[in-house]
Amino acid sequence: MRYAIYGLVVVLIVLHQDNWLWDDTRLIFGFMPITLLYQAGISIGAAIVWFLATKFAWPHHLEEIAQDSPAQETGESE
Amino acid sequence: MTQLVIIGIYLGMLLCLGLFSSRLFKGTSKDYMLASHSIGPFLLLMSIFGTTMTAFALVGSSGEAYKEGVGVYGMLASSSGIIHSLCFFLLGIKLWSWGHKHGYTTQIQFFRDRLESDRIGIILFPVLVGLVIPYLLIGVMASGVVISSITEGAFESSFAAYDYGIPPWLGSLVISMVVLIYVFFGGMRGTAWANTFQTIVFMILGVVTFVVISNKLGGLEAASNAVLEKNPSKLMRDVAPSDIERYAKSYKSWELMAKYNYATRIAKTLTLTPDQKAEAYKAFKPRMPNWQTKAESLFAAKNKLYDLTNEETNKALLKQDDRVMPDPFPENWKTELMTHHDLKEYPRKSNAEKEKALLIFAGKIGHPEKDFDPNDPSKGKKWTIKKAIGVYRASNWAPDAPHPMSKLVFLTYFFVPLSVGMFPHLFQHWLTARSAATFKLPVVAHPLFIMIVWVPCVLVGVWATSATLNGIPMFPPHFPANAVLAAMVKKMTSPVLAGFLTAGILAAIMSSLDSQFLCLGTMFTEDIVVHYGGKDRFTDQQVVLMARLFIILIVAITYGFSLLEPRRVFTLGVWCFSGFSSLFPIIFAAVYWKKLTKAGAYAGILVAIGSWLYLFREAGYALKPNYTFLGMMPVATMVVCSAVAMILVSLITKPPSKETMARFYPED
Repeated sequence: MRYAIYGLVVVLIVLHQDNWLWDDTRLIFGFMPITLLYQAGISIGAAIVWFLATKFAWPHHLEEIAQDSPAQETGESE
Repeated sequence: MTQLVIIGIYLGMLLCLGLFSSRLFKGTSKDYMLASHSIGPFLLLMSIFGTTMTAFALVGSSGEAYKEGVGVYGMLASSSGIIHSLCFFLLGIKLWSWGHKHGYTTQIQFFRDRLESDRIGIILFPVLVGLVIPYLLIGVMASGVVISSITEGAFESSFAAYDYGIPPWLGSLVISMVVLIYVFFGGMRGTAWANTFQTIVFMILGVVTFVVISNKLGGLEAASNAVLEKNPSKLMRDVAPSDIERYAKSYKSWELMAKYNYATRIAKTLTLTPDQKAEAYKAFKPRMPNWQTKAESLFAAKNKLYDLTNEETNKALLKQDDRVMPDPFPENWKTELMTHHDLKEYPRKSNAEKEKALLIFAGKIGHPEKDFDPNDPSKGKKWTIKKAIGVYRASNWAPDAPHPMSKLVFLTYFFVPLSVGMFPHLFQHWLTARSAATFKLPVVAHPLFIMIVWVPCVLVGVWATSATLNGIPMFPPHFPANAVLAAMVKKMTSPVLAGFLTAGILAAIMSSLDSQFLCLGTMFTEDIVVHYGGKDRFTDQQVVLMARLFIILIVAITYGFSLLEPRRVFTLGVWCFSGFSSLFPIIFAAVYWKKLTKAGAYAGILVAIGSWLYLFREAGYALKPNYTFLGMMPVATMVVCSAVAMILVSLITKPPSKETMARFYPED
């Protein structure tokens, strides 16, 4: 599932490059420039993808690792 | 004065919040620097969002949209929505777990451990501090400028040199002191609370301002349709033919004025008679102050009253645009006329516009609340110095050439938000989280919050290009883009809302400053003093005291730099972010690539620094704001070079020990 989420992120990045709207001045709902509306949609899309990530690709094991090991002193090397 | 009172009350509330949070301070260094890992999802979301959204969120977004059009949202905002959350998800949670497990407070502690290298800190500390300080400067200076412009005319007779408002140096000082006080007493808990409060303030006020301004412009549709009619290029990323035509006409007329001024003032081969001037004025339709010279230049050109050589014309263009004259003059000047593009290659003389505006409009400048002629109020109010400079620029400088947004620059701008992966102050915020699950809300809501703040600001900035007040364009050519939002609020809303919005802008600025100040104090204490002095040498109280003292020192240094007025500091912003981004491959590999070696990390860091310095020099030390390398944002080259160096060197050098691998990747 984790890889599916990464795939969706790549799709978002590809969709973000909206070359087809480069010279489009249309106003949607009478006031909203289409470029701005589309990119706002990308923001909403990003929120949805990250929501899916928290549901299906969340690294629960990291929580356990941190809880199992109380803070130790920082190591000094070299 | 109303604005000043509102700002004062707001700053007072902030101080109370900081002092109140200090009552919960447990007295330990971990509590001061990491709020004892006690921050929950909502506070983490608000403090991370407040930290990443600087003055740029409100002021810069509207200003950039005013200059470049709606495309800035895709370039700067929606890309950040994807990449910031990606960094929180991929790096934040993992680093939080290791930080919690191994007791880290700073990035350098993590790198020292993961790379088995003590000396990595000696390279990283100055690099990170060197990149954070310009970032701090932007906030400190922006706060002074915002307070100064919104309080114009607040005083009857004091601060005449600053348009009778708070001088920027005083505004910056007050903001620095307020942030210092609540960071000093509240530490990370105070910072997180103040960030949350301030983020709520600037988000709400941003939306309120949007609604008020759109109503004043006749509603959403009227405001956007005005842009479609007058400046269609601002609604897309290409250039509309009508805008190219208008620019060509305007540039031609400006060239005539440059040549006329040269002929009359430098070569002194022409002087119009009073009759000729009267005829020139009669045939001209004035649109803005100081129009007479334009009328005379058109008249002189139409009647062929002067003749300049190519070299004289080139000199005339540079002179008119207040640009530095080359010495010696290029040979090709004798045969070729320079284009507008060539002209822009020559830097502008610093402060020329202020000196000339003060000279030309001396009789018009005064207290902005006082009538120009007390016996005839219809003649209007006196001008501020800023207005005089604005009129000078608009009536003397060459018009801006419309330009499309480059598709490659748009794409490679994606590398800039990678900087959040290496921001030391964000690393510290991540470690404050109560649990890994605390990250869920920030990861999901961050792109939405960016949208809520940026979409209204971008629309307001775009509307400003075509907004009129009593039939006159609200903003003349060359109006400083970053002042657009404050000017619209001041002209179109009440002093009360203007005061609140200023508080909102200051909130956005301070919510970044606080984290950065605290982070530098923490880094100095943990990575230098405690690390080299020995952990047992100092008590916890002494560590907190040292962090506090270093924060005072950093505030003082930053404030001192801001007084030097490095005017290019705003363009340094993107370079500062690019520097952090160029280090992103190192942190990413340190988390996910087990073969990363100490030597590989050194190579990556050194190449990142080297490529940054080379490209920064090529960009004229930020003097060329639209500089690209191979047609791309310079940051793309930096990130690739740094990653390649890191990978190649890691592959041929000794991998980390098994103990270190077991420490970080026990599952293997």
